[in-house]
Amino acid sequence: MSESVAATSAKKSWRGNGGVRGWYGRQSLVVRVVLGIVFAVLAVLLPYVGDVPVIGPQIITVGIDWPSALFNMSYYVLLALGLNVVVGFAGLLDLGYVGFFAVGAYTVALFTSPDSVLHTEWKWVAAIPVALAVTMVSGLILGWPTLRLRGDYLAIVTLGFAEIIRIFATSSETLRGDRGFSDLPHPPGDYSDGKAIFGVADATPYYWLGLAVIIVVIFAVRNLDRSRVGRSWLAIREDEEAAEIMGVRTIKYKLWAFAIGAFIGGLGGVMFAGQQGFMNSQTFQLQFSILVLAGVVMGGSGNIFGAILGGALISYIPDRLRGIEDPIWHTDLFGFRFAIFGAVIIAIMIFRPQGLIPSRRRAMELKDREKEVAPQ
Amino acid sequence: MDFSGLIQDFGPLTITGLAQGAIIALFALGYTLVYGVLRLINFAHSEVFLLGSYACLVVWGFFGLDQNSATPSVIAVIGFLLLGLVAAIVVSGLTALGVELVAYRPLRRRNAPPLAFLITAIGASLFISETVGVITQRNIKAVPPLIRPADVFVIGNMHVTNLQILIIVLALVMMFVLDRFINRSRLGRGIRAVAQNPDSAALMGVNKSRVIALVFLLGGLMAGIAAVMYDLKIGVTRFDAGFLLGIEAFTAAVLGGIGNLRGALLGGLLLGVLQNYAAGLFGTQWLHAASFVLLVLILLVRPTGLLGESLGRARA
Repeated sequence: MSESVAATSAKKSWRGNGGVRGWYGRQSLVVRVVLGIVFAVLAVLLPYVGDVPVIGPQIITVGIDWPSALFNMSYYVLLALGLNVVVGFAGLLDLGYVGFFAVGAYTVALFTSPDSVLHTEWKWVAAIPVALAVTMVSGLILGWPTLRLRGDYLAIVTLGFAEIIRIFATSSETLRGDRGFSDLPHPPGDYSDGKAIFGVADATPYYWLGLAVIIVVIFAVRNLDRSRVGRSWLAIREDEEAAEIMGVRTIKYKLWAFAIGAFIGGLGGVMFAGQQGFMNSQTFQLQFSILVLAGVVMGGSGNIFGAILGGALISYIPDRLRGIEDPIWHTDLFGFRFAIFGAVIIAIMIFRPQGLIPSRRRAMELKDREKEVAPQ
Repeated sequence: MDFSGLIQDFGPLTITGLAQGAIIALFALGYTLVYGVLRLINFAHSEVFLLGSYACLVVWGFFGLDQNSATPSVIAVIGFLLLGLVAAIVVSGLTALGVELVAYRPLRRRNAPPLAFLITAIGASLFISETVGVITQRNIKAVPPLIRPADVFVIGNMHVTNLQILIIVLALVMMFVLDRFINRSRLGRGIRAVAQNPDSAALMGVNKSRVIALVFLLGGLMAGIAAVMYDLKIGVTRFDAGFLLGIEAFTAAVLGGIGNLRGALLGGLLLGVLQNYAAGLFGTQWLHAASFVLLVLILLVRPTGLLGESLGRARA
């Protein structure tokens, strides 16, 4: 956040030197590591921000307790990071991303819940590898037949994929439709006095768990982006045919993008199932994946920190609106969230198509296209 | 799997499917027209339909019609139908134009990448449907019983009602009129020219912006008619009514060959019928899933659809 604000208000010469990110890049490794740790510590301390005088009470949410809101933010950020790999890096528009989130959560539920037909009743941790493997495979299953499709067809097919999963969850006997799964186990661990760390009352430990996962994912995704895989994604995004001609194995790397995106989405689903304890087919609405897409685009698709900011905002803004009445219809402002985001998406695409914290390369790609426009 | 049920109910399923398919076909025209000219999936078209389906209800509401009122006399019914159609057409047409002006034109001026259009379209769709959702408090709105379904003729166990005949005939007539318009009129020639090659068309003196606006308007008109038919057939509407039917209409357009007007009609009717067969075979809850599976299959096997893709090329 501070990055973009500083960048816009700074002078020309400051921006000419690359703004905040340019300055950061010129620092020595020690300074960069220290700065990173400071940010991480600040993020860890976020649950206590309400105790800060004057500003604190403005930040925390009214209609939902603050640690829960933070946990919601953490899995939205995870989803945004995952979708950013598919949309931002590889340039494949996936409208059914919530499908992977659902697959992850449902796999956990099937293996752990006493309501499940499997009767395995595993612990939450035991279900994680299975759930992640299943989501990755589901990513491949979706990716493989759709790779031949061009951008907009791909978008509609992924949308259809998410709808099929939702209809399947609603209608099939195994996935229990509206009745859902209850008594999902929480993550393990006890305090020294024998109370469980991951209880029902306080969501703070879940937030910290989410934060830890996010930090690991950030490193993984960043390294991927700078590797051969990341360069291949970039080439595919900019010009698929040219990439193919230059020897990039487009099918392989597009599948990788789908599988890794699905993996991270599944991770979000696993975390969600571990915290909620209950879920049913109503949990996975289609608007949800459009919301995450809005977050990625709003934050700046192709940029990891943009995706994080976007993911945090799409969760924070509605939660902040919760419990506040609007003056006309006297309903909870929370109900307006999708309408607001719809308008925000249009405004961003028109006025700042590169997003709040843009990926520089993407911003340049957009500028290039603007120059190519034919005179009207 | 219920094969005997499917065979037994073959007639009724077919006629229900045809009526449903006729609505889908009218709806699909909007997708096909815009795609044919701009190579753009107008995702917000489902909300053009949605506003049409509310517009006629609002107009009927002015005359004190609600779901509890008695069916009026024949002449009054015709009057109300025409009024409802006009209202729906006007609102849908204006919505389509509005979406074009607000969401697409600024992007086109900047030569934005294709995915940007899709994203603003999603934004527009989300904004409109959710605003309607907030205003109506996400409740179902019932339609006054203007036409009581009555059997006109019966073949075996296939009961053909007056409403089904009205829907199918109206859809066919509108298709015919639109087809003539695109292929015979001066404006239609402009549309075909832009579809074939926008830049050459502009050099030949075709006003590209006006053609694009016209295409959105035509799609909106057809969606308005489809919306009134949908209201009469289903009897209720809701803030998310456009969305699911929109996906089906898009599937129909792709099935017939997107960008191809006759393809949209064929695809719509075929999809409506196939959906109902699938519902008969697997159970009604799978009706919508069937259309998605069908969409994926078509795209895999024949991505250009049954009748081929382009508006310009097919009728050149």
